Amino acid sequence: MAEFKRPSGRGMTEIRKMSAKVGVIPNADGSAMFSFGDTIAIAAVYGPRLLHPQHMQDPSTAILRVNYDLLSFSVYERKKPGPSRRSQEISKVTEWALLPVLDLKEFPNTVIDVQVYILQADAGTRTAGINAASLALAHAGIPMKNLVTSISVGKQDKNIVVDLDKDEEDYEEGEGATDFPIAKVANSDEYTLLQLDGKIEPSEVKKALTIADEACEKVYEVQKRALKEVVEQ
Amino acid sequence: MSSMETSNLTGRTFRKMFAEGKRFDGRGLNDFRAIEVTYNVSNKAEGSARVKVGKTDVAVGIKLEIGTPYPDSPDKGNIMVSGDLLPIASPRFETGPPKFNAIELPRLVDRAIRESGMLDLHKLVITPGEKVWTVIIDVYPLNDDGNLVDVATLAAVAALKTAKLPALKENGKIDYHAKPTGPLPLSSETYPITLTFYKLGESIFLDPTREEEEACDSRVALGLSKWNGKYMINSCQKGGETPFTKAELEKMMDLLPGKFDEINERLKKFL
Amino acid sequence: MKNTINEAQELGDSAESPSIEETVKKRRVVIPGEVIVSGEDYLPGDGARRVGADVLACKFGLAEEAGRVVKVLALTGAFVPRRNNVVIGRVTNITFNGWVVDIDAAQSGFLPIDESPRFINKNEMDQFLAIGDVIVAKIWSVNVRGVDLSLKSKGLGKIEGGFIFRVIPNRVPRIIGKEGSMITLIKDKTGCDITVGQNGWIWIQGPTTDAEIKARRAIEFIADKAYITGLTEKMEEWFTQN
Repeated sequence: MAEFKRPSGRGMTEIRKMSAKVGVIPNADGSAMFSFGDTIAIAAVYGPRLLHPQHMQDPSTAILRVNYDLLSFSVYERKKPGPSRRSQEISKVTEWALLPVLDLKEFPNTVIDVQVYILQADAGTRTAGINAASLALAHAGIPMKNLVTSISVGKQDKNIVVDLDKDEEDYEEGEGATDFPIAKVANSDEYTLLQLDGKIEPSEVKKALTIADEACEKVYEVQKRALKEVVEQ
Repeated sequence: MSSMETSNLTGRTFRKMFAEGKRFDGRGLNDFRAIEVTYNVSNKAEGSARVKVGKTDVAVGIKLEIGTPYPDSPDKGNIMVSGDLLPIASPRFETGPPKFNAIELPRLVDRAIRESGMLDLHKLVITPGEKVWTVIIDVYPLNDDGNLVDVATLAAVAALKTAKLPALKENGKIDYHAKPTGPLPLSSETYPITLTFYKLGESIFLDPTREEEEACDSRVALGLSKWNGKYMINSCQKGGETPFTKAELEKMMDLLPGKFDEINERLKKFL
Repeated sequence: MKNTINEAQELGDSAESPSIEETVKKRRVVIPGEVIVSGEDYLPGDGARRVGADVLACKFGLAEEAGRVVKVLALTGAFVPRRNNVVIGRVTNITFNGWVVDIDAAQSGFLPIDESPRFINKNEMDQFLAIGDVIVAKIWSVNVRGVDLSLKSKGLGKIEGGFIFRVIPNRVPRIIGKEGSMITLIKDKTGCDITVGQNGWIWIQGPTTDAEIKARRAIEFIADKAYITGLTEKMEEWFTQN
């Protein structure tokens, strides 16, 4: 069998060029941009702020409310404005991905709104969005145990690769493409996002997680630098 | 960020300051803040741009779709401007059904661009009477620090300037992976712009920050273009209930040409 | 009104320690989850927690060691009301027993009629404070129902002239400065009356429009440069150039 080469030419565990910056939305209490190659996510945090209607308030904690969406021109086929089933699902799994690190008991009856928008999409939008949201929450001074780091691992045919782009997600040879986006509490073994579409054997999941762990460490370094830069500039 | 709108207390101070021709950021009443244009902010759009004026930040993307012409104009393509005041841009913007401001913004941008004639709709016909290009202009404020309409028009025009017509496949569908066939049929060398004049007390001024805008009594948005050396007003909408006087309107008319040229000059370095 | 500054400084829990300019050099930026110091001797303060032998940051900000206590000062973020904070707010509603006040926080403020500085007849509440009026008030209680305000101290009450504007609330301690030194400098240089609310809202009233503009720009200069050391010198320098 000829040695497998990724369509993108990247190495099997090579992440696309990452960049991150905090403070991109001056109006927000915290904000950040995170990109994997051509995928660009921006996130803004507003709050803790007053939650209406009152019956949604929780006297024991603040509520986290994530809204993820694609800008209409971030994809080839124009995305109709407004929430879709897909964007609502991603909003919810992003909330679940972030909540384990947050300590929101300090702010009873309030809401923390996290707005995540994709400016340009080339697969991996939810993982870029989670990385941006995690940075924006830190930037907003929200108490958190740690950052959340996110990456997509996956398969092309039988080969485990990291950070699939759109062409790679559409790979059709052999077993085709598998997309396995994960998020985890940085520097820990706790996974906070787990989604998968494709075909992967149980033993391969173990291997994929190990690869994801290493990739997440690289994501973390980019996030860390972005936050430190705020003051060192 | 701040949930408090500009108070009457502060509004009275603005009124006094503007009467003296002064602003907190040191600008004159008719000065724009720093303008920054970034082109190609989404490579999935046929054209895109992001314009910052001070801290106001608007992203616009152009998508082209194949549509059918309107029955009364079978030989013309279509323009559609849409957009939303996304809750990312301001603590005031919320998810849910669009408020009036969110409806008005794309409409004002639409009229300034459409009526300027910068886009030659006759050249957007694929098959006369059957298939035409629909140019969709999506306007998204990313940070609202006042004067969204003028900034949105700048971003929309900048995005149109760089937009490319995509190639078509044999089956008539758009081929996003093929080389685009060329630029949009633009007929204007300059940038049509909108200039929105705001009124507070006896003072008229341009490009408010959010706190200045919130203190205002009313405003009038004017779409402006230039043809063969002549300045043309292409659209107009008064907003707010306080009337404008004839003298105020005359003053605006006197200011328009100089302002148009100045802004176009400032945009040149980004092309 | 002038006394408000001192109160905000003395009573605000985030007011700067006297040795600010010295300790600031020891501060470093930390991110959530980062180990600030190791050792059993250290005590985790605000924004920090202990895990085993380490003290970890649980906020993004500047880590500061004051004796054995290690804490993290946030740099950005929304205002979180605390008891005894002096804040500037705006009346948004009048109820049968008090005023609802927007203090630009996650909970709205409430000023009970009994906390006005003098007796107010229930039928004449809007003559004392009407909707839209701006006040300087002190927080005397924060609970799950909201934030209770009082006007029963010197320097508190309705603001009649000048203007208000906002800075990021975390920058307030730097604007006030060591024992009020920074704000005193700005007042002296501009001749303006200034009240700094812990919620980031600041009131200025001066002899001329130019003085008011200068005072605001000086404060915004500090708010933008809150991270750097030697701010007082930088401010002095700014005044020689502006």
